[in-house]
Amino acid sequence: MIIDHPLLGPRDAQEFVYLGDADLINRPDWQAEDAADAFHDYLYLRDNPAGVHRELWYHEQGDRSWLVVTRDTLTHEISKVELARDVARAQGRGR
Amino acid sequence: MGRSCVYKLKAMTALGGTKPRVDVFAGVKISENPDRALVSVSARQGHETVCRERARAFLGVDLPAPARAASSEGFGVLWIGPDAWMVEADHTRHELLASEIKTAVADAGSVVEQTDGWCRFEVEGSKVCDLFERLCNVDVQAMLGDAVVRTSIHHVGCYLWCREAGAAFTVMGPRSSAASLHHALIESAGVVSLD
Repeated sequence: MIIDHPLLGPRDAQEFVYLGDADLINRPDWQAEDAADAFHDYLYLRDNPAGVHRELWYHEQGDRSWLVVTRDTLTHEISKVELARDVARAQGRGR
Repeated sequence: MGRSCVYKLKAMTALGGTKPRVDVFAGVKISENPDRALVSVSARQGHETVCRERARAFLGVDLPAPARAASSEGFGVLWIGPDAWMVEADHTRHELLASEIKTAVADAGSVVEQTDGWCRFEVEGSKVCDLFERLCNVDVQAMLGDAVVRTSIHHVGCYLWCREAGAAFTVMGPRSSAASLHHALIESAGVVSLD
């Protein structure tokens, strides 16, 4: 599998480490009133689609950037690759 | 009363020798290079432009684009990640390179001394591409001068810096794996020299 890195171009998947669902970047506020419930959902509730899935990959043997990869879990076709920090900033986050 | 003690400390290279190791094969020469100081610089969030300007003023060259390196008189700079670079310079003239660069970029960048974290080999010769094609999955034939990639050589994460297309490369790996990296280089060099 080849991942088309937004900065470095196509790179072999063996350079990357898979973390999981891209929603993991949306960590709940630990000081909120409902923090315990929010962290329960954050930790345990995950969509597991047969189809298009957004997931976090780490370019460990490369530039050490985190990527959000949109991949079809049925075909392994990768339709989009973004820097995770760009995704977070597009959501209005500071980092 | 304290007893005085005179230490006789001798500097060692990454491979443990008192002199840098040089291995010569038909078509490939591998030279250990212990003479370069290394420092990483990361632009702080929101200060990227200021960090670039201050670094350029000090280094005499623009911080390079992704997967590229740049050189000025006295300094080399490698892109190592988003808003992160490695600066290298002659160790004798810039032993305190980290503090020099920290003074230059001030609060616009984070600076980390890297010199003794890495070992470095200069690899050159007509068969240098044959060598690295066997060692890593980088398209070394396509690398132009001043292209830089991080890659894995025998499971050791290394920077591969093309100095002259098809002819000369610098490879930097973790110093604690210097002997493993050197072993990989000379084993493969022995094979390609027979072709």
